[in-house]
Parts: sequence; structure tokens; C-alpha cells
Amino acid sequence: MEETSLLSTVPAKHKPASSIHFLVRLLWVREFALILMIVFIGLALHLLTGHFLTTPNLNAIALGFATSAIIVLGMTAALVSGGFDLSVGSVFAVGGVTVAVALRAKLPIPIAILYGLGIGLLAGLVNGLLITKVRINPFITTLGMLGIARGASLAITVGTPIGIHAEDFLVYGQGKFLEIPNLILIALFVILIGNILMRRSVAFRQIYYIGGNEEAARLSGINADQVKTGFYVLAGTLAALAGVLLVSRFTVADPGTGNGEKLRIIAACIIGGCSLSRGKEPLLAVYLASSSLDLLITA
Amino acid sequence: MPVLLEAFKITKQFPGTLALDQVQLDLYPGEIHAVMGENGAGKSKLMKILSAVTTADSGEIRFEGNAIAPASPHEALAFGIATVYQELSLIPTLTVAENVYPGRLPTNALGMVKYGELFQNAAQVLEKLNVSVSPRVPVEILSIANQQLGEITKALSSNCTVLILDEPTSALTDRESDTLLAFLRRLAESGIGILYISHKLKEVFAIASRITVLRDGKYVGTRNKADVTPDEIIKMMVGRELGNMYPPKGEKTEHPLLEVRNFRLPTSEAHNTFTLYRGEVLGFAGLIGVGRTEPARAIFGAGLKVQGEILLHGVLIKIGSPKDAIEHGIGYLPEDRKAAGLFLEMSLKWNIEAAVVDAVSMHGYVSLAKERALADHHINQLNVITSSIEQEVRRLSGGNQQKALVAKWLAIKPKILIVDEPTRGIDVGAKKEIHFLLRSLADNGVGVIIISSELLEVIGMSDRILVIHNGAIVAEYDAQTVTEKQIIRSASGQKVSE
Repeated sequence: MEETSLLSTVPAKHKPASSIHFLVRLLWVREFALILMIVFIGLALHLLTGHFLTTPNLNAIALGFATSAIIVLGMTAALVSGGFDLSVGSVFAVGGVTVAVALRAKLPIPIAILYGLGIGLLAGLVNGLLITKVRINPFITTLGMLGIARGASLAITVGTPIGIHAEDFLVYGQGKFLEIPNLILIALFVILIGNILMRRSVAFRQIYYIGGNEEAARLSGINADQVKTGFYVLAGTLAALAGVLLVSRFTVADPGTGNGEKLRIIAACIIGGCSLSRGKEPLLAVYLASSSLDLLITA
Repeated sequence: MPVLLEAFKITKQFPGTLALDQVQLDLYPGEIHAVMGENGAGKSKLMKILSAVTTADSGEIRFEGNAIAPASPHEALAFGIATVYQELSLIPTLTVAENVYPGRLPTNALGMVKYGELFQNAAQVLEKLNVSVSPRVPVEILSIANQQLGEITKALSSNCTVLILDEPTSALTDRESDTLLAFLRRLAESGIGILYISHKLKEVFAIASRITVLRDGKYVGTRNKADVTPDEIIKMMVGRELGNMYPPKGEKTEHPLLEVRNFRLPTSEAHNTFTLYRGEVLGFAGLIGVGRTEPARAIFGAGLKVQGEILLHGVLIKIGSPKDAIEHGIGYLPEDRKAAGLFLEMSLKWNIEAAVVDAVSMHGYVSLAKERALADHHINQLNVITSSIEQEVRRLSGGNQQKALVAKWLAIKPKILIVDEPTRGIDVGAKKEIHFLLRSLADNGVGVIIISSELLEVIGMSDRILVIHNGAIVAEYDAQTVTEKQIIRSASGQKVSE
């Protein structure tokens, strides 16, 4: 036990004996290591390609990162609770497809968006109830949901991407406010709110307790089934929200969207130290890990 | 007689602490040598070095006079040093025989296991050791006591000459412990040297011929059992006189706090009715596995669905979940603090507030100031030794972990506190502190129900004692006058002759 204590060292609490000592300590902090990694990858790619660190390219990366960032929040909650959600990638797709179909049917934009989010909510609710009430393993449940959601998006679209023409809808994915793309603003907003919630909200605190020791959480008066179901609903809804925004960005809903997204998100969460440091609020680290993966993949 | 195993000036350093400081120990064939000490004294560290789980920084292990340096538990076993750890390592779904010979299964030319031979070998070993367990049954259906015997059989099946046991009776009832101790005596008579680590003075005095005491990683001394009293051993362990382990009994009140009527477990036919009075400590005694814990869990809403009525202050209440119970001011400290009580990887602060997160928050957000105040208050009240309230609970000693768990329940400001094995596996100092704390709660009007497999603890702590057998309350005693014998007789279902 004592041997691992370095990993959880927080430098701010210790008076550094020397500046070198301090730097070594700093490297142990996950967030800092990830920032270094991102800078390093960025520079390396720039040197290799010559046009990596240019505004249009970085903008494109940031936009891509924005949708993942929204999904990451829900996935983080699922992982912290001791479960996980494999279905986010395909719920992401079905959310986009649903909103596109609704728009084509000339439904008002807010209603269409609600449809998209609703389908994600529903998927999350089914996941949550199957896991907590029927007691099916989260892996099996969400793997099943992955298939169902992917199948549904393929069925709805008959396998071909759906284009949309609702101009007003595109403001979310393509509009700008003070020269900053709305999509990035929305993502930053979600990140900010997510971070505050994870650090301080009672609801998130309960999910940490459940992940830490579910039996002890129950005996402490936490309704574990209800809380877990709630967070699967959140994960599904956020994935669908990301899907809706993606459609708004590209004006097209592709039923194949988000293949492989789930693995990237899980990898990001794990690199960010999610399940490894329960109760240590790793969300920032998760986002940093997520963006570093995005960088690598874009490259 | 030559020394069988000797530890000479063993020193082990961990970052920041000297875990073992020139510790010595010797063991003769046919001897049961007890190693005692409080948590953190270095007993388990020393055992891990002897069984080569870790290596010493300096010092020597001598086996039959020759220095040895086994690099792994496997090599230690080859020298004949077998260890049975506190946590059982049997695989529940496999049969006893398969567990006794892991990695040494007899196989035919195709590499298939020869089960006939396996069961025969295992049956022979079990019979030789006089263990009445079938080699063909899966381990999971055995009682903990029989699993423990299986574990020891596994160790002995390698023809060891030294057997190291770490707290082997921590999960056993008194009666099961007696069976195990008798078994160990027979083993010793056959010439095996046994190192016996335990907290339990009574057991050690019943079984050991010599006792070695460690304190804070240092060797305090070795005494012949015949030349020493339990009090002297306690003094060696804690370095001071401890005084009485149990607080004086309380004043009786006539105010019923909790009334349980016609309470029936689904596993039993008996309807039970009992009352807990304000300011009373009520003891539940009984053997493990005969429904001693179940009534308590059911009252807390954490167990089986039961029939019956529960009245709090004379008002009928409904408890469907632990949440309901907590809202009514009922706390339940579970017997297994690691599996069901603590959030080991979380901070002390988070553990203490786990059942009252709402009380330390405002508008759905946790208030950092309130949570700090709550944690500080309880750490001071319970004298929890920790570097800070941010300390991960798993890094605390057993006694301090248990105090953290008690603090969680004090934080709900309980009217009724049910404690199940409140002092299991913690050192005598912390044990005494928890005893006095429970009594002071009762003195302040809380009703306390204490469940313990340690009879002396139930008698020492309680005002009244209910004896439970097969889910039925079979006897009630005044703790002032009852004897251990009377309780054991009722608990094992025998008619009591008053």
C-alpha cells in the first residue's frame, strides 16, 4: 500500500525540497502529464506535417472534440458507478438520425430536438432498468443496446445518410458567437457544468459512493438502483445530444456515425484515471485524455 | 531439541516507517508459539517475511540451523514453511480435493485430471488429519470453519514442518474455534511447529506454550505461558496498564424506545417480540449462521423481508430500506467493515458523511465548510489517528477504520444504533475506546443493540441479553448475573435448567 503513495501525491500540499524535486512531483499529477503530452504531440505533428498548428486545423479538431466531450460526461458517470456504457456510440448515431427524420417530417425544430434527446433518454432508461432491476451485467446490457440502437438507425435511414435542409437548425453546429463556434461554446458549457456537478453535487457524490462500495452505499441509505438508472439515462441523453449537434454541424445524419466512438471514450476515461481514482474528481483529466486521443486520431 | 525455525534480527523499512526493527523469534518442533501485538505492531509483516511474500532488509531466517533465503512463497513451501492467511484463498466453486492440490493435480498422459486418484489422495489426507469433510463437495457449501480446516489441510498436504496461521479464528464462533484449537493441538503433537498470530488472549492462553509480543515493530519479549498472566501480556502489547475493558453498566429506564412485535424471519417459524428501552444496551448472542444478525438487518431494512410490526416511541413505523431506517434515526454498523461498511479508497471525510450527505449540503451542493466541520468534530470525538481528513480510509489501521465507521453512524445522530461485531479484528486499545463510547451513547438516551460472537463482549457491554437460536429468541438474561455457560447452552438449543 505504502509503495503506491507517490501516485496520489498532490504537489500543492508538499513543500518542494528543490525545484527539480517539485518538477518530478508535478509529473505525477495526471492532468499535468496529459497537458505535456498534448503539447508534445501537437508540436511533433506540426513538425511532421508543417500545417498542423494552424487555425483551421485546430478549429476542426476542437469541433470534433466538442461532441466527444459531451458524451464523455455521461460515460464518466457510468464508469464511476462501477459500470459502463458501450452503447453511447450508437445512441449518438440514433439521436442524430431521429432528429434528421423529424426535421424532414417538417416538425418544429424544438420538437425535433426533443425527439432526438428522447430517444437517447429512452435508451438510457432501458439500460438502467435492465442493469438495476433485471440485474443483467452492464457489459451485456449495453452491448445489446449498442446493437439495437445501431440497428434502429440503419433501419430508419435504410442505410443511407439523410440530408437536412432546416436552416434554423444549423445554428447550433455551424453558428458562431463572438467568432467562437457555438458547438465549442456548448461543449465548454457542458464541461463546466459537468465539472461543478462532479465536484460538489449530492447526486454525483452518490454515484461515487456506489462505485466505491455498492453494499456500503446501500447501507448508508443511498437508493443505488435509482441513482444508477438516473445516470444511465444521463449517459444516453448526452450521447443523443452529441448526435443532434453533429447533424447540425454536418447537415447530414449518417447511421454509421460513432462506430468506434465508444472505445475512444472509454479509453479517454481510463487514461484520465476514472475508475482508478474514485472520488478524486478526474473529469479534467478525462477531457485532457480525450483531447490527446483526438489529436492522435486526427493525425 | 534443535530449533526448527528462527528469525534473527529481522529489519524491514518502509518509506517513513521502520516496520520491523531487529525482531527475533524461534520455533521448536511440536510447539505452538503465539505472536501477539496490536494492529501495526508488525506481526503480519514478520509472517510475510517468514513465508517469503516479502523480503527483509537485513537479518536472517534460519531453518534447522541453516540460514535460508527463500525468494517466493513457493520456495518457502519447499523448505516446509506453509502459511494460512487471514483471508481464505480457496476457490469456492471447486471441490475440496481440487482446492487441496492446486497446481499439483494428478494427471494422465493426455494431461487430463485423474479425479479418482485425486479424491482418494484428498480423502486420505483429510482422514489423517481427522477432518470430517468430504473431498467431493464444492468449498462454497462448507461453513467458514470447515473452509478454514480445508485451508489448513491444503497447507499441510505439502508435508510442511512449520505452519504459520494468521488470525485463524477471526471469522469463527467460540465453538468452532474450540474445534480448530483442538485440531491444532493434535497437529503440534505430531511434531509440526505452529506459529499462531492472534489478538485473542483467551485463545492464546488456551493453546500456546510460549508467547512472543511485538510492539511498534519492535521485539518486546517472549514468555512461557506458565510464567505470565493475560494482564502482563496486555501490558507488554500496549506498553501501559489498560484497566477494565468494559464500562460500568447503565441506569435502567422504563421508556420503550423500539418495540418489535411478532417478528418472523422467512427462514424460521418463530414469532419474536422484544423491546429496546431508552438508554439501554441490549445484547444479541447466538452462533453464527443461526439468525443472530438477520433480525438486526431486517429492522434496518437491509435484509430479508420479514413479517411483524416495529414501533418507535410507541408509533408504528414502516421500514422498507436502509434509507427509511436512517430517516427514523436508526443506524446499523455491519459486521464486515471492509465489504459492507467502508469506502476504502475514499477519504475519511467522505466516509464519515456518507449517510448524511444531505445534511452537509445546501441546494443539492456539498458545502466544503460543513463537511470539514462534521469530519473534524467526529475525528476529535472518537480520537481517530489520521494525518488529515483527506486520508484514504484503507491506509488507516483496523481500529481507526472501525472508528471511522462508527463516526459515520454517529453523524446521523442516532436514536437507535445497532452494532454488529463492533470490535472484530481491532486492537485492545481501540476496542476499549469503542466500548466506552457505546456506553456513553446509551447514557445519553440512545438505545444500543450489540451483536457479537465474543461472548465476553456481549456480557461485558450489555444490560440485558437475548439469546437467538434458529431465528428465535430462546432466552433472555440479565447481563449482571448471567454466565457464559448459560448463554452457550441456550444458544446451542439446549433447554436451560435454571
